Amino acid sequence: MTLSTAQGIASAVRSGERTAREVLEDYLAAVDGREHEVHAFNLVLADEARVAADAVDSAIDAGTNPGPLAGVPVALKDNLCTRGVPTTCGSKILDGWRPPYDATVVGRLAAAGAVVVGKTNLDEFAMGSSTENSAFGVTRNPLDPAKVPGGSSGGSAAAVAAGFVPVSLGSDTGGSIRQPAALCGVVGVKPTYGAVSRYGLVAFASSLDQIGPFSLTVADSALMLEVIGGHDPRDSTSIPGRTPDLVAELDRGIDGMRIGIIEELSGDGLEGIAGDVRARLGEAGLALEAAGATVETTSVPSTVYGLSAYYVIAPAEASSNLARYDGVRFGLRIDAPNAGEMNTATRTAGFGDEVKRRIMLGTYALSAGYYDAYYGKSQKVRTLIVRDFARAYEEFDLLVSPTAPTTAFAIGEKATDPMTMYLNDVCTIPSNLAGHPAISVPFGVGDDGMPVGVQILAPATDEAKMFRAAAVLEAVAPEGHPLVGGGLP
Amino acid sequence: MREELTGVIPGWETVIGLEVHAELATATKLFSGAPNRFGGEPNTNVDPVSLGLPGSLPVLNEQAVELAIRVGLALNCRVQPSVFARKNYFYPDMPKDFQISQYDLPINEEGWLELPDGRRIGIERAHLEEDTGKSTHVGGGGRIHEAGYSLVDYNRAGVPLIEIVGAPDLRSPEDARAYVGELRSILVAIGASDGKMEEGSMRVDCNVSVRPIGQAEFGTRCEIKNINSLRSLGRAITYEAQRQVDLLASGEAVEQQTRHWDEDEGRTHKLRSKEEAFDYRYFPEPDLVPVDPSEEWITEIRDALPMLPRERRHRLAEVANVETASVVLTVERGMDDLAFEAIAAGGDAGRVIVHVENNLADGAGALDAESFATLVAMEVRGDLTATQAKTVLAALVAEGGDPAEVAASMGFEAMDTEELEALVERLIDEYAEDWAAFIAGDDKERKKKSGFFVGQVMKATNGQADGRIVNEIMSRLALD
Repeated sequence: MTLSTAQGIASAVRSGERTAREVLEDYLAAVDGREHEVHAFNLVLADEARVAADAVDSAIDAGTNPGPLAGVPVALKDNLCTRGVPTTCGSKILDGWRPPYDATVVGRLAAAGAVVVGKTNLDEFAMGSSTENSAFGVTRNPLDPAKVPGGSSGGSAAAVAAGFVPVSLGSDTGGSIRQPAALCGVVGVKPTYGAVSRYGLVAFASSLDQIGPFSLTVADSALMLEVIGGHDPRDSTSIPGRTPDLVAELDRGIDGMRIGIIEELSGDGLEGIAGDVRARLGEAGLALEAAGATVETTSVPSTVYGLSAYYVIAPAEASSNLARYDGVRFGLRIDAPNAGEMNTATRTAGFGDEVKRRIMLGTYALSAGYYDAYYGKSQKVRTLIVRDFARAYEEFDLLVSPTAPTTAFAIGEKATDPMTMYLNDVCTIPSNLAGHPAISVPFGVGDDGMPVGVQILAPATDEAKMFRAAAVLEAVAPEGHPLVGGGLP
Repeated sequence: MREELTGVIPGWETVIGLEVHAELATATKLFSGAPNRFGGEPNTNVDPVSLGLPGSLPVLNEQAVELAIRVGLALNCRVQPSVFARKNYFYPDMPKDFQISQYDLPINEEGWLELPDGRRIGIERAHLEEDTGKSTHVGGGGRIHEAGYSLVDYNRAGVPLIEIVGAPDLRSPEDARAYVGELRSILVAIGASDGKMEEGSMRVDCNVSVRPIGQAEFGTRCEIKNINSLRSLGRAITYEAQRQVDLLASGEAVEQQTRHWDEDEGRTHKLRSKEEAFDYRYFPEPDLVPVDPSEEWITEIRDALPMLPRERRHRLAEVANVETASVVLTVERGMDDLAFEAIAAGGDAGRVIVHVENNLADGAGALDAESFATLVAMEVRGDLTATQAKTVLAALVAEGGDPAEVAASMGFEAMDTEELEALVERLIDEYAEDWAAFIAGDDKERKKKSGFFVGQVMKATNGQADGRIVNEIMSRLALD
């Protein structure tokens, strides 16, 4: 364990080897050093973080255990509600709004001794794959500032990759944790739908959204998930019971596991998966085999329709979820002669182009006369995907695919072409539609020297097995990008 | 001339279907822990969920589901697994700009309600949904588009509603009023709602169409909103039916519209046509899971239901040997138990019912069943006249006590029939011309004169005489 992991920090703070305040100041110094270049944060909460770190230190002085994340600095995607602290969703429309409550995950992090350092940038309302759609500017990939960090949780991925925090939280609706994790060379997890409470996560597409962690190591993501997961009565879709042990299971290996490489998402069945990405995936397959698993290619046919179904379902739900930003109760209001015109003026000025595009798509898809052809049909595709996965999991314990079709692309490269941008999520979307967990693990670099991520998919609630395989890949992965976590003192 | 009073238009049949929204009497809102309470300072009974704040999520209130099931069972519906859906439209008093309702899978379907006259009216569905807040538009005549500014109170936002959709089985304003009255009695009886129309906890939308008598197909209907009382309901239906008949009679067609009832002007106005109707873009609410109440729970709720007004009417009508229609008020006022006990204690059933229906509008007060029975017995024996019995009854309600003592203290004593006959004879001498008119007159005149003589007898006896006996005496003497 190193001092740059959450586990290492928490253990050093608990043992008195380091104070939470010292740890925090190191990370704040890293933020000071490069944040102007990366722009991972919408808001850095240095003063509040110092108060929280000092409270952890006092608790330790008083002989109490502050918890499994004692003194661990964390960053939160800026679509997670924080009491009294602006929560922008990367949008002008929430201008000035301060939630009167904390998201469930924020409360659980605090209760575990974590120290919130700031709110990270994102594509507006988590709609995007590059963090270029934020009203507060672009976030850059800390490994190459000319490139995107991925998205929509680009700020949270960049913050970990840049060494601004050891761990962070994002949200994943169609790949918004895993894809930026892959592009920034860090670990990112989308848990089983319902494993983590969505209470206090500003909704994009309610049936797909899940909160999950970013970290430098697989073990840290497991630890984070143990802390934030478990039943929450405030979220009706929350799974009963507590999160199963993940960290304790990590080292059990994968001897005898059956692992399938999804043909349709791995290049042979899908155009657009870059050669270097396919090469790393092939190597990952061999590595898993070397660790005792049987690995073979398998077909999950309906996954190829995932993207199309997603771009109906997610916008449909979003068109409804985002209706409340009407200028009446909170956030931006552009005055106009009457209420209806005020709504229109506020939404016209407050939302960016991508958000407007998806509201229009979703409104259309739900309209009378079109519902069956679009929303209805997409739900059927969703059912097919669930069925195909169920079939695959009769034969395999886990499935693997690339996380993203390419390594990080240049800022501006795909910004003007929504369809090309949407294709970034082709490998990650099926897990959201099925409600299954998936993790992106860094696995070497591409021809451009930028990180490649391998995605491991598991059946619902089978995170423990997924993490075991991720730990194996992590252990045998080729050399990653030299700058990952490089901002550390 | 318009038939303002009855709403009956010769040659035409009015077809009415009602949608009733009732606020459920839960402690908290449908999807959050904010209190469900009428009144209070604006925007005090709220929380992140009922304000629709970003990141908030709905959690279904179990008590609301239980009350909805009670309503379903009381309306003889099929209680079934159900799904919440979002009904999307923009309005400032709706915090999320969508309403969580039930659409294609409501919790209750296909039931019926029995009117006091015994007719059964179909219930298509009774589903759960959340209420909106309340807007006050200041300036511009109180309409949203012309208002100078608007104030919104979200205290009501998220309050649980049951929307009860009745079949188009009603045929007159009286039917409609009877239906709403019966529904209200049921909701109150099962503790589902306080049913107060004046506080808005029960609201009625009304679908009206007309067709020539004998035509099988329904006419084109209009939906009328903003009906705030039973009186408005009757007036609105009468107005709207006549409007439609006038259109059809002059060769025009009725357009399917949503119309607004204007209480002051006594007419309906067009709000929007079918083409302008909202596209609500319903889809299943992804933040909630389907509701699937267990058979055991439904049985438990069914077993705990109190006796419903319909059963209570039937039970009482049978014992009292009267039509169910004559015990409607007794049951509505919750006095059927008192009536039962009074009858069981020996009170004449007919008289007991007459008193409860006519003389106990403000409650039974200190009156107990035993005294009630005793009083009725005195009346039947002729110890008290109907008028005296009513007076004693009022005293018993106010103060309680023994009926005989109360009657005595008021100086009410049964008059001897002979004494009464002597008095009538004296009066006949005194008012010979009136007596002649009584004997010679037609029915009308006879009635008038008998009223005159009874009045004179009452005057002479301080109201202690029994009018019925006076009439008997006069009839007998007239034959002599």
